[in-house]
Amino acid sequence: MIGYALTYALGCFGIALACNLWRVLRGPTIADRILALDTMVINMIALIVLYGIRQGGPLNFEAALLFAMTGFVSTVAYAKFLLRGNIIE
Amino acid sequence: MEPAFEIVVTALLVIAGTFGLIGSFGLLRLTDAMQRLHAPTKATTVGVGAALIASVIDLYLYRSELTWQELLVAVFLFITAPITALFLAKIHLHQTVPRDLLPPTGTGRDWATFDQTANGPTPELPKD
Repeated sequence: MIGYALTYALGCFGIALACNLWRVLRGPTIADRILALDTMVINMIALIVLYGIRQGGPLNFEAALLFAMTGFVSTVAYAKFLLRGNIIE
Repeated sequence: MEPAFEIVVTALLVIAGTFGLIGSFGLLRLTDAMQRLHAPTKATTVGVGAALIASVIDLYLYRSELTWQELLVAVFLFITAPITALFLAKIHLHQTVPRDLLPPTGTGRDWATFDQTANGPTPELPKD
Protein backbone atom coordinates (compact mmCIF):
# COMPACT_ATOMS: atom_id res chain seq x y z
CA MET A 1 0.00 0.00 0.00
CA ILE A 2 2.88 2.33 0.79
CA GLY A 3 4.35 1.51 -2.63
CA TYR A 4 1.31 2.86 -4.47
CA ALA A 5 1.24 6.00 -2.33
CA LEU A 6 4.97 6.49 -2.98
CA THR A 7 4.47 6.21 -6.72
CA TYR A 8 1.60 8.68 -6.51
CA ALA A 9 3.62 11.18 -4.49
CA LEU A 10 6.66 10.84 -6.76
CA GLY A 11 4.46 11.45 -9.79
CA CYS A 12 2.83 14.46 -8.16
CA PHE A 13 6.15 16.07 -7.34
CA GLY A 14 7.41 15.30 -10.84
CA ILE A 15 4.44 17.11 -12.39
CA ALA A 16 4.97 19.92 -9.89
CA LEU A 17 8.57 20.28 -11.09
CA ALA A 18 7.33 20.53 -14.67
CA CYS A 19 4.87 23.28 -13.62
CA ASN A 20 7.68 25.16 -11.91
CA LEU A 21 9.92 24.85 -14.95
CA TRP A 22 7.17 26.36 -17.08
CA ARG A 23 6.89 29.26 -14.65
CA VAL A 24 10.68 29.74 -14.72
CA LEU A 25 10.59 29.93 -18.51
CA ARG A 26 7.48 32.07 -18.86
CA GLY A 27 7.43 34.13 -15.65
CA PRO A 28 6.59 37.72 -16.55
CA THR A 29 8.54 39.27 -13.70
CA ILE A 30 11.88 38.31 -12.23
CA ALA A 31 10.29 37.70 -8.82
CA ASP A 32 8.20 34.95 -10.41
CA ARG A 33 11.30 33.23 -11.72
CA ILE A 34 13.02 33.40 -8.35
CA LEU A 35 9.91 32.06 -6.63
CA ALA A 36 9.62 29.23 -9.16
CA LEU A 37 13.28 28.29 -8.68
CA ASP A 38 12.82 28.29 -4.90
CA THR A 39 9.78 26.04 -5.27
CA MET A 40 11.79 23.76 -7.53
CA VAL A 41 14.38 23.36 -4.79
CA ILE A 42 11.63 22.52 -2.30
CA ASN A 43 10.13 19.96 -4.65
CA MET A 44 13.58 18.44 -5.15
CA ILE A 45 13.93 18.07 -1.37
CA ALA A 46 10.61 16.24 -1.31
CA LEU A 47 11.76 14.00 -4.17
CA ILE A 48 14.99 13.16 -2.33
CA VAL A 49 13.04 12.28 0.82
CA LEU A 50 10.58 10.11 -1.13
CA TYR A 51 13.49 8.38 -2.89
CA GLY A 52 14.99 7.66 0.51
CA ILE A 53 11.72 6.02 1.59
CA ARG A 54 11.64 3.95 -1.59
CA GLN A 55 15.23 2.77 -1.16
CA GLY A 56 14.41 1.76 2.39
CA GLY A 57 17.97 2.47 3.37
CA PRO A 58 19.35 5.29 5.46
CA LEU A 59 17.69 8.49 4.38
CA ASN A 60 19.58 10.90 2.20
CA PHE A 61 19.23 13.39 4.98
CA GLU A 62 22.44 15.27 4.27
CA ALA A 63 21.49 15.78 0.64
CA ALA A 64 18.08 17.15 1.62
CA LEU A 65 19.54 19.55 4.16
CA LEU A 66 22.22 20.73 1.73
CA PHE A 67 19.58 21.39 -0.90
CA ALA A 68 17.52 23.35 1.61
CA MET A 69 20.46 25.52 2.69
CA THR A 70 21.87 26.26 -0.76
CA GLY A 71 18.40 26.96 -2.10
CA PHE A 72 17.65 29.45 0.65
CA VAL A 73 21.03 31.18 0.43
CA SER A 74 20.89 31.49 -3.35
CA THR A 75 17.35 32.87 -3.25
CA VAL A 76 18.25 35.47 -0.63
CA ALA A 77 21.45 36.38 -2.49
CA TYR A 78 19.61 36.96 -5.75
CA ALA A 79 16.87 38.93 -4.01
CA LYS A 80 19.45 41.04 -2.22
CA PHE A 81 21.23 41.68 -5.48
CA LEU A 82 18.01 42.85 -7.11
CA LEU A 83 17.10 45.06 -4.17
CA ARG A 84 20.43 46.71 -3.50
CA GLY A 85 22.61 45.98 -6.51
CA ASN A 86 25.07 44.37 -4.13
CA ILE A 87 24.98 41.21 -2.07
CA ILE A 88 27.32 41.94 0.82
CA GLU A 89 27.61 45.63 1.58
CA MET B 1 -0.09 -1.95 15.38
CA GLU B 2 1.71 -2.24 12.05
CA PRO B 3 -1.32 -1.75 9.76
CA ALA B 4 -2.21 1.44 11.60
CA PHE B 5 1.28 2.82 10.99
CA GLU B 6 1.09 1.76 7.38
CA ILE B 7 -2.19 3.61 6.91
CA VAL B 8 -0.71 6.70 8.53
CA VAL B 9 2.34 6.60 6.24
CA THR B 10 0.15 6.11 3.17
CA ALA B 11 -2.12 8.98 4.13
CA LEU B 12 0.85 11.25 4.77
CA LEU B 13 2.38 10.38 1.39
CA VAL B 14 -0.88 11.07 -0.43
CA ILE B 15 -1.25 14.38 1.42
CA ALA B 16 2.34 15.32 0.58
CA GLY B 17 1.96 14.59 -3.12
CA THR B 18 -1.40 16.33 -3.39
CA PHE B 19 -0.27 19.48 -1.62
CA GLY B 20 2.98 19.63 -3.58
CA LEU B 21 1.05 19.41 -6.81
CA ILE B 22 -1.52 21.98 -5.65
CA GLY B 23 1.23 24.42 -4.69
CA SER B 24 3.02 24.20 -8.00
CA PHE B 25 -0.21 24.20 -9.99
CA GLY B 26 -1.25 27.35 -8.17
CA LEU B 27 2.11 28.86 -9.05
CA LEU B 28 1.31 28.04 -12.65
CA ARG B 29 -2.31 29.14 -12.77
CA LEU B 30 -2.73 32.20 -10.54
CA THR B 31 -2.73 35.47 -12.44
CA ASP B 32 -1.10 38.09 -10.23
CA ALA B 33 2.49 38.05 -8.98
CA MET B 34 1.46 38.47 -5.35
CA GLN B 35 -1.17 35.75 -5.73
CA ARG B 36 1.53 33.46 -7.03
CA LEU B 37 3.56 34.17 -3.92
CA HIS B 38 0.76 32.58 -1.90
CA ALA B 39 0.52 29.19 -3.58
CA PRO B 40 3.91 27.49 -3.02
CA THR B 41 3.84 28.04 0.73
CA LYS B 42 1.44 25.10 0.90
CA ALA B 43 3.95 22.91 -0.92
CA THR B 44 6.66 24.00 1.50
CA THR B 45 4.85 23.48 4.76
CA VAL B 46 2.33 20.70 4.29
CA GLY B 47 3.90 18.94 1.30
CA VAL B 48 7.50 18.57 2.42
CA GLY B 49 6.47 18.38 6.09
CA ALA B 50 4.17 15.40 5.48
CA ALA B 51 6.83 13.67 3.35
CA LEU B 52 9.42 14.09 6.11
CA ILE B 53 7.08 12.81 8.83
CA ALA B 54 6.21 9.85 6.59
CA SER B 55 9.93 9.17 6.22
CA VAL B 56 10.44 9.20 9.99
CA ILE B 57 7.56 6.80 10.59
CA ASP B 58 8.62 4.57 7.70
CA LEU B 59 12.19 4.21 8.99
CA TYR B 60 10.82 3.39 12.42
CA LEU B 61 8.44 0.86 10.91
CA TYR B 62 10.84 -1.09 8.71
CA ARG B 63 14.25 -0.55 10.25
CA SER B 64 13.07 0.11 13.81
CA GLU B 65 15.40 3.02 14.22
CA LEU B 66 13.97 6.29 15.37
CA THR B 67 15.70 9.25 13.74
CA TRP B 68 14.80 12.85 14.32
CA GLN B 69 17.23 14.33 11.82
CA GLU B 70 14.58 14.62 9.13
CA LEU B 71 12.65 17.04 11.26
CA LEU B 72 15.66 19.38 11.06
CA VAL B 73 14.98 19.81 7.36
CA ALA B 74 11.35 20.65 8.11
CA VAL B 75 12.34 23.13 10.82
CA PHE B 76 14.87 24.77 8.51
CA LEU B 77 12.27 25.11 5.76
CA PHE B 78 9.69 26.50 8.18
CA ILE B 79 12.18 29.12 9.33
CA THR B 80 13.42 30.15 5.90
CA ALA B 81 10.14 30.16 3.93
CA PRO B 82 8.81 33.45 5.41
CA ILE B 83 12.16 35.17 4.80
CA THR B 84 12.09 34.14 1.16
CA ALA B 85 8.49 35.36 0.82
CA LEU B 86 9.40 38.68 2.45
CA PHE B 87 12.29 39.23 0.04
CA LEU B 88 10.11 38.41 -2.96
CA ALA B 89 7.41 40.81 -1.79
CA LYS B 90 10.08 43.49 -1.36
CA ILE B 91 11.30 42.88 -4.90
CA HIS B 92 7.73 43.24 -6.13
CA LEU B 93 7.28 46.53 -4.26
CA HIS B 94 10.68 47.76 -5.38
CA GLN B 95 9.99 47.10 -9.04
CA THR B 96 6.31 47.98 -9.40
CA VAL B 97 5.50 50.82 -6.98
CA PRO B 98 6.96 54.17 -8.07
CA ARG B 99 9.15 55.87 -5.54
CA ASP B 100 6.86 58.91 -5.27
CA LEU B 101 3.98 56.78 -4.00
CA LEU B 102 5.92 55.35 -1.08
CA PRO B 103 4.88 56.88 2.26
CA PRO B 104 7.50 58.68 4.33
CA THR B 105 9.50 56.42 6.58
CA GLY B 106 9.32 58.76 9.55
CA THR B 107 12.86 57.99 10.66
CA GLY B 108 14.86 60.56 8.76
CA ARG B 109 16.32 57.88 6.54
CA ASP B 110 15.10 56.59 3.22
CA TRP B 111 13.49 53.23 2.55
CA ALA B 112 15.94 50.37 2.94
CA THR B 113 16.03 49.53 -0.75
CA PHE B 114 16.83 53.12 -1.72
CA ASP B 115 19.02 54.15 1.19
CA GLN B 116 22.49 54.96 0.04
CA THR B 117 24.54 53.94 3.03
CA ALA B 118 24.43 50.57 4.67
CA ASN B 119 25.22 51.62 8.24
CA GLY B 120 23.49 54.94 8.51
CA PRO B 121 24.62 58.39 7.42
CA THR B 122 28.31 58.97 7.54
CA PRO B 123 29.17 61.01 10.64
CA GLU B 124 30.37 64.54 10.22
CA LEU B 125 34.03 64.96 10.86
CA PRO B 126 34.71 67.43 13.67
CA LYS B 127 35.98 70.72 12.33
CA ASP B 128 38.66 72.41 14.31
